[in-house]
Amino acid sequence: MRAPAVLVLEDGRTFRGAAYGAVGETFGEAVFNTGMTGYQETLTDPSYHKQVVVMTAPHIGNTGVNDEDPESGRIWVSGYVVRDPSRVRSSWRAQRSLDEELVAQGVVGIAGVDTRAVTRHLRDRGAMRAGVFSGDAVADVDTLVERVRQSPEMVGADLAHEVTTPEPYVVEAEGERRFRVAAVDLGLKRATPRYLAQQGCEVHVLPATSTADDVLAVQPDGVFFSNGPGDPATTDGPVAIAQRVLEQRVPVFGICFGNQILGRALGLGTYKLRFGHRGVNQPVMERATGRVHVTSHNHGFAVDAPVDGTPVDTPYGRVEVSHVDLNDDVVEGLRCLDVPAFSVQYHPEAAPGPHDATGLFSSFAELMEGARASTH
Amino acid sequence: MPRRTDLEHVLVIGSGPIVIGQAAEFDYSGTQACRVLRAEGLRVTLINSNPATIMTDPEFADATYVEPITPEYVAKVIAKERPDALLATLGGQTALNAAMALHDAGVLEQYDVELIGADVDAIRRGEDRQAFKDVVDSVGGESARSAVCHSMDECLAAVGELGYPVVVRPSFTMGGAGGGIAHDEAQLRRIAGSGLQASITTEVLLEESILGWKEYELELMRDRADNVVVICSIENLDPMGVHTGDSITVAPALTLTDREYQRMRDLAIDIIRAVGVDTGGCNIQFAVNPADGRIIVIEMNPRVSRSSALASKATGFPIAKIAAKLAVGYTLDEIPNDITRETPASFEPSLDYVVVKIPRFAFEKFPGADPYLTTTMKSVGEAMAMGRSFLEALQKAMRSLEAGHGGFWTTPDPDGATVESSLREASVPHDGRLLAVERALRLGATAEQVHAATAIDPWFVDQLQQLVELRAEIVAAPDGPLEEELLRAAKRTGCSDRQLAALRGTTEAQVRARRHELGVRPVYKTVDTCAAEFEARTPYHYSAYDEESEVAPSSRDKVLILGSGPNRIGQGIEFDYACVHACYALSDAGFETVMVNCNPETVSTDYDTSDRLYFEPLTVEDVLEVVHAEQLSAEQGGGRVVGVVVQLGGQTPLKLARELEDLGVPVVGTPPEAIHLAEERGAFGRVLADAGLPAPRHGVATSYDEAKSIADDVGYPVLVRPSYVLGGRGMEIVYDDEMLVGYIRRATEVTPEHPVLVDRFLEDAVEIDVDALYDGTDLYLGGVMEHIEEAGIHSGDSACSLPPTTLGRKDLERIRHSTEAIARGVGVRGLLNVQYALQNDVLYVLEANPRASRTVPFVSKATAVPLAKAAARVMLGATIAELRGEGLLPAVGDGGELPFDAPISVKEAVLPFGRFHGVDTLLGPEMKSTGEVMGIDAVFGTAFAKSQAAAYGELPTKGRVFVSVANRDKRAMLFPVKRLADLGFEVVATEGTAEVLRRNGVSVSVVGKHSDGRGDDVVPLVMAGEIDLIINTPWGVGARVDGYEIRTAAVTRGVPCVTTVQGAAAAVQGIEALVRGDIAVRSLQEHHAALAASTRAAQAAT
Ligand SMILES: Nc1ncnc2c1ncn2[C@@H]1O[C@H](COP(=O)(O)OP(=O)(O)O)[C@@H](O)[C@H]1O
Ligand SMILES: Nc1ncnc2c1ncn2[C@@H]1O[C@H](COP(=O)(O)OP(=O)(O)O)[C@@H](O)[C@H]1O
Ligand SMILES: [Mg+2]
Ligand SMILES: [Mg+2]
Repeated sequence: MRAPAVLVLEDGRTFRGAAYGAVGETFGEAVFNTGMTGYQETLTDPSYHKQVVVMTAPHIGNTGVNDEDPESGRIWVSGYVVRDPSRVRSSWRAQRSLDEELVAQGVVGIAGVDTRAVTRHLRDRGAMRAGVFSGDAVADVDTLVERVRQSPEMVGADLAHEVTTPEPYVVEAEGERRFRVAAVDLGLKRATPRYLAQQGCEVHVLPATSTADDVLAVQPDGVFFSNGPGDPATTDGPVAIAQRVLEQRVPVFGICFGNQILGRALGLGTYKLRFGHRGVNQPVMERATGRVHVTSHNHGFAVDAPVDGTPVDTPYGRVEVSHVDLNDDVVEGLRCLDVPAFSVQYHPEAAPGPHDATGLFSSFAELMEGARASTH
Repeated sequence: MPRRTDLEHVLVIGSGPIVIGQAAEFDYSGTQACRVLRAEGLRVTLINSNPATIMTDPEFADATYVEPITPEYVAKVIAKERPDALLATLGGQTALNAAMALHDAGVLEQYDVELIGADVDAIRRGEDRQAFKDVVDSVGGESARSAVCHSMDECLAAVGELGYPVVVRPSFTMGGAGGGIAHDEAQLRRIAGSGLQASITTEVLLEESILGWKEYELELMRDRADNVVVICSIENLDPMGVHTGDSITVAPALTLTDREYQRMRDLAIDIIRAVGVDTGGCNIQFAVNPADGRIIVIEMNPRVSRSSALASKATGFPIAKIAAKLAVGYTLDEIPNDITRETPASFEPSLDYVVVKIPRFAFEKFPGADPYLTTTMKSVGEAMAMGRSFLEALQKAMRSLEAGHGGFWTTPDPDGATVESSLREASVPHDGRLLAVERALRLGATAEQVHAATAIDPWFVDQLQQLVELRAEIVAAPDGPLEEELLRAAKRTGCSDRQLAALRGTTEAQVRARRHELGVRPVYKTVDTCAAEFEARTPYHYSAYDEESEVAPSSRDKVLILGSGPNRIGQGIEFDYACVHACYALSDAGFETVMVNCNPETVSTDYDTSDRLYFEPLTVEDVLEVVHAEQLSAEQGGGRVVGVVVQLGGQTPLKLARELEDLGVPVVGTPPEAIHLAEERGAFGRVLADAGLPAPRHGVATSYDEAKSIADDVGYPVLVRPSYVLGGRGMEIVYDDEMLVGYIRRATEVTPEHPVLVDRFLEDAVEIDVDALYDGTDLYLGGVMEHIEEAGIHSGDSACSLPPTTLGRKDLERIRHSTEAIARGVGVRGLLNVQYALQNDVLYVLEANPRASRTVPFVSKATAVPLAKAAARVMLGATIAELRGEGLLPAVGDGGELPFDAPISVKEAVLPFGRFHGVDTLLGPEMKSTGEVMGIDAVFGTAFAKSQAAAYGELPTKGRVFVSVANRDKRAMLFPVKRLADLGFEVVATEGTAEVLRRNGVSVSVVGKHSDGRGDDVVPLVMAGEIDLIINTPWGVGARVDGYEIRTAAVTRGVPCVTTVQGAAAAVQGIEALVRGDIAVRSLQEHHAALAASTRAAQAAT
């Protein structure tokens, strides 16, 4: 018999359920994810740091947990909200049950909740702070709401340094080495260096706290800015790096948080979305070709730029919005017209999600190829 | 890219009659397509021989041809209409094959018609098993090892390589027709033999067996900008080896990690590109090895399929509608998602619920049929349910089936069931296998044992295990009412009040009372394609025991329309047609229409057919809760629930009428007491007596002795049957005491609650079917149908003609008067269907059904009058006079007095015998047909010929006819056979028949009797394809061995086989028409215009 648990939202709405994973209490920004597969990748995506993730898919844990699918060394979500956790694991790759894994990593979750009701609430009211309390942590609602309101906001949170690698490390290129890439780890997922390596990149993964000199010291053919958690408006270090790299005309590629970093480096603003994009079914149009890709998303903030296609002048020349989300016209990609730099707000590395956009990694390779040609 | 401007006129091909493997779902997709294309301002020409479809309603196309879907007839339509393009990907395999034939015959080229949706090469690559394997290979996918064979020798050789068991799969067929799993040479010879028959390219594929692997399906769409999206993933609970159409299927896939799922998705996208389905939908099936995740591609359908309909209903993404838009040039991103309105169709739906589909079988109707499930599809319908968990959806789907049980625990376990016997039972796939699985677990089998026996994925087994554990808690709970927590837990897993009552030894009413007392009621969630990420604009709901309900308040007067549930023999698409028409008519009349149904194949469950759609089982419990939810919505919004319509969905909703009314639900139309008057034999007898109408002498028996004394009294032969049935279930003609004993023994539950009806059987009587409307004052005679086969062959299985061809004025007057008397006596408000038998000038009443009948759509199309629409209005208080005034009904006259030059419409039934090997194809009082076609023309012969061509393929105009008839038929058979001889047919007959023919100057060659076993009989000739037409009437009483063998051979070889004298006469007229060779095609619109004109003329004359 699972201990009682309650999900408490900052605006006072509560949902009762049963403890799932570790028993105790936890706080974070409540967000929902609409993916029907890939809970393991989602849980281990550093971008979910400090977030209480609500899964809209009703059955979670069916295929258990294995050591191949994690996108980082640990589970990052601060809390997990599901409707129907699986008792058994059904996959030839499964090594443990998800429940065991959550307990082992001390992740407090809640099950048996009307996750659709929670989702509709967040959709209408916007993402907000939340707390999950189970077992002895369950107390009277007013106190719990109070404590949720005392927990830190996502707006203004600088979190990249909390999830980044402590030490630099290198991922070898697959096959012959064609490029050296400096990857600034703001919450890097494992799939990304894998895709870069496939393009013949030797990937030097550097901590978020690195300086521009650290990055340039690698003598990179290209610089990569990863995805990651927090409010881009407060993450100044990486922005400074990006600006130096742009001045040097070293090719730049950014994903998700990296897209916002490039945007800020170019002088564009960022803002918080009402409830963000989290799922694996978002239709994104590539302006240049009109092609629509079904893409994997995980972002609560977005870059503020004109989506009608008019280029914006920046200290580094013109930049245009290269990709838009067809659901809500949110900026999903930037392309510089006068310096070798581009970025996307979504996840071409997928994991979880469709592989429609993996071509972007070869685009990065071509960009580096081109830059090399022009300098020699 | 915007829509193509070079297209102005599109020809859409429907899928023809409902057959196993191709059911109502293609009416749903075709209707959507026609709607879309017309909304785009295109001229739409439609050809479909199935009158029971919504798509063939004249308002859905500019020109609607109810003509056979054969290359010949489609070519005639093309020559007459000259369309720019042909859309054949929405009419199932029938349309696709017709299109291919037209291409090969050069017709498309000759008239410069472009095939849109998928081009010929794409269709070939997708449909031709070997070509497809090459495609799979080219994209780095894997297929099962196999060999294409064109002869039995090639098959035997191939098996040497592949070994047994081996899977036989013919090309260009649907629903696995002619396929199967062969475990030895004998089976191989049988299966591959008929497989070579079934394939239009006499080609079968022998394939390595991968029985027991996990089976999946993906539904994809692609536009001409090469954008591809996956609409839905479907997982089969029954592993490989059971046809998807016969499997319990689940959406979305539940036991794949993202890595495996994405691999499958990548493969599917590469395949759709390589095959070259450039615009529209397609469906690809995969098998996954549970041991190592190895993926094998099974097949693709380069068209909208059965599963696409399921996927559309499961996700809210209307695949057929979008496919039609893509076919005329739009791209996915240009098409709005009409559920969210804001977002485009170029996304992939996300589900926050689970969908379960369970097939509905009809083995009870085909004694002798192999009841095991294999690669040949055998189900006749399906029910779908949604829930917030797998178990909730599964249990709702189970009770939606109306398969004799109300889900788990509602029927007793078989005597002496043990773990072993249950596991053994579960190890062979069959209808109701899940009951055996649950029983095995309940009796103590481990999940591992069940998985080992069934190969059902451990996750699903554990779900059932959880249900078994919950059951134990419920049974063990202290006496008296259940605790709220346990009750909630039970409802969350989808248990019905009836199931709980069964477990607690109380009544459904008590459980319901307890539930309501505790406020344990379902909420209604919304199908929105996006897991609540965006707001849904379409109220498409399903119930769940969860926290928050999403039913919006409304201020309008609401009418609930109860649908007809899963298709089955005796209750098919015709009833959905009536329900859909009620929706249209009532929303035109200003009501808010609320549809309740659980059949994913139908138009009624399209979210834009009614104002609100509840995808729910049709049980008292589920309907009551919907009514309650709508009453709340009315209270909050200031509207009211004015009524519930139970008369249009066939027996399913009719059965609920009384109980619903007793529970305070406003049932509109014919009141339940009146329904009872018509359904209950004694009461109905009194109605007839009062009206002075004769009925066959009859009685009601609750035991053999009673039955026997009635039989002695009314005299043999008698017709016996259980009361309260549709489609003549369990109905038999009994010729003597011995047969009577047998019947009573077989009719298991003969009790005072379930008596047997014993009627005098009227021999050689003409059967007449009537559909009428009654408003309490006036009668509107919708149509009078004269059956071609004599009474004794179920009305649903016999061909009939409208207007009647041999009835005189006097008969029609009698029919009108009798029908009116019955309508008045019963107290009908709405539709009434009466069946009469005319025997030596006495008009007997066989039965009256106070509801929409199977023939309503046929009548509506034959007479150009929307009967069901009018009925819905009458049920809500409109009078026939008012409707005549409105123009919904003709100002004067009705279907009983059609002008003499009115076109003749012939309805022919389509039978599924081809699917059930070794089943007698003889017709009787128990209905066996799955669908029907309509042939319409100025003269009977031609109309009949068309109906045959549509149902079974063209009648022969020359060649050899085999005649073998019962003695009583010999005289009647003379003329037609002589006529055939005059037309140049060579006649072959059995001894007795031959004598009579010879004596009357017909030259005949004699063949022996099969039963003599000398091998000189006709069966080998039929098998050798040397017989073109068979006239074979039953041998009266007793063994019908010969007839049986002959008819079976006929089915195997697809030779037209007439089993009644009347049918033979009609066939001859049809053949004469064909010989004259002047058969033309004419659209319903033309027919209806002509009819209107001559009606006006006739009135002017009088
Ligand atoms: N090689 C095989 N081994 C075992 N079962 C198979 C094999 N190929 C097909 N089947 C089963 O037969 C069913 C029908 O095969 P399919 O190719 O889909 O024919 P259809 O065209 O009738 O859909 C499939 O759903 C699957 O369960
Ligand atoms: N007394 C009878 N004599 C001859 N045929 C009959 C008689 N009663 C019924 N039948 C035949 O049986 C068929 C089915 O009987 P019916 O009462 O219509 O049952 P259902 O409710 O299944 O339609 C009829 O269509 C008719 O052909
Ligand atoms: Mg198939
Ligand atoms: Mg009948």
